[in-house]
Amino acid sequence: MYQNERVISHSAESVLATNKVLRNTYALLSMTLVFSAVAAFIGVAMNLSYGMALVADIVAIVILWFVLPRTANSAAGIPVVFAFTGLLGLGLGPVLNYYLAVNPAIVMTALGGTGVIFLGLSAYALTTRKDFSFMAAFLMVGMFVVLGAALLNIFLGMPALFLALNAAVVMIMSGFILYQTSAIIHGGETNYIMATASLFLSILNLFQALLHLLGAFGNND
Amino acid sequence: MGWEKIGSVILLAGMLIFIFPRMRQAIKHSPKGSFQDWKGFLIPLVAVILFIMLLISMVQ
Repeated sequence: MYQNERVISHSAESVLATNKVLRNTYALLSMTLVFSAVAAFIGVAMNLSYGMALVADIVAIVILWFVLPRTANSAAGIPVVFAFTGLLGLGLGPVLNYYLAVNPAIVMTALGGTGVIFLGLSAYALTTRKDFSFMAAFLMVGMFVVLGAALLNIFLGMPALFLALNAAVVMIMSGFILYQTSAIIHGGETNYIMATASLFLSILNLFQALLHLLGAFGNND
Repeated sequence: MGWEKIGSVILLAGMLIFIFPRMRQAIKHSPKGSFQDWKGFLIPLVAVILFIMLLISMVQ
């Protein structure tokens, strides 16, 4: 009897902890998305060069790899995650400027599309409560292949490969959103700062890939 | 090759080096999915693909 009560109490605590991580993740994610959008607006207004955007992206990746894991378990992780998302937002400046000049509707469609895909996939993972932990290897191998092909395409400069890579990125990032949300639900991810950084990166990559796809297929010139 | 291209190469090469051990670890330790598990992933993926096709038709 006492044993059963302890199991129920432990299970209830676990559900509460999961809900807390989920709530904190979505709260921080929404704040970082707004902050990143402001940074992207500044990048557009400043007419940031590709070189400066690249520097912002490199600094953001360095923060993600070396600073965030050391600070994610303390309050210091919050300004770090804002710095990371702000720099990535700023790095979007030149790409946004380009597509805004070509066809502003593409940017708005990509933005709305990303929002619908993210909300739809999150709702799917949350309502079905499926465990997507089996996808870890598939997603990591997919990401590795895409990065390798992207590196190769810097030298080849093939537009068809660029488009294929963007289509692959959309699928892989969709998988990452399902995987990360499922990890939060099933207790695989208990740090809301790391969960926010991971989901933010998936959303950003999804948006950029969608922007390139819509730009390629939607441009009739 | 301009310095922006060199920077992109360094960034992508760095990402590959960073991801490689994590990929190997994921291959070794991640659980294998059943047919039902993969079906649960393919359904939303097909929905995403159809949605993107709709978006493309909207901007054309």
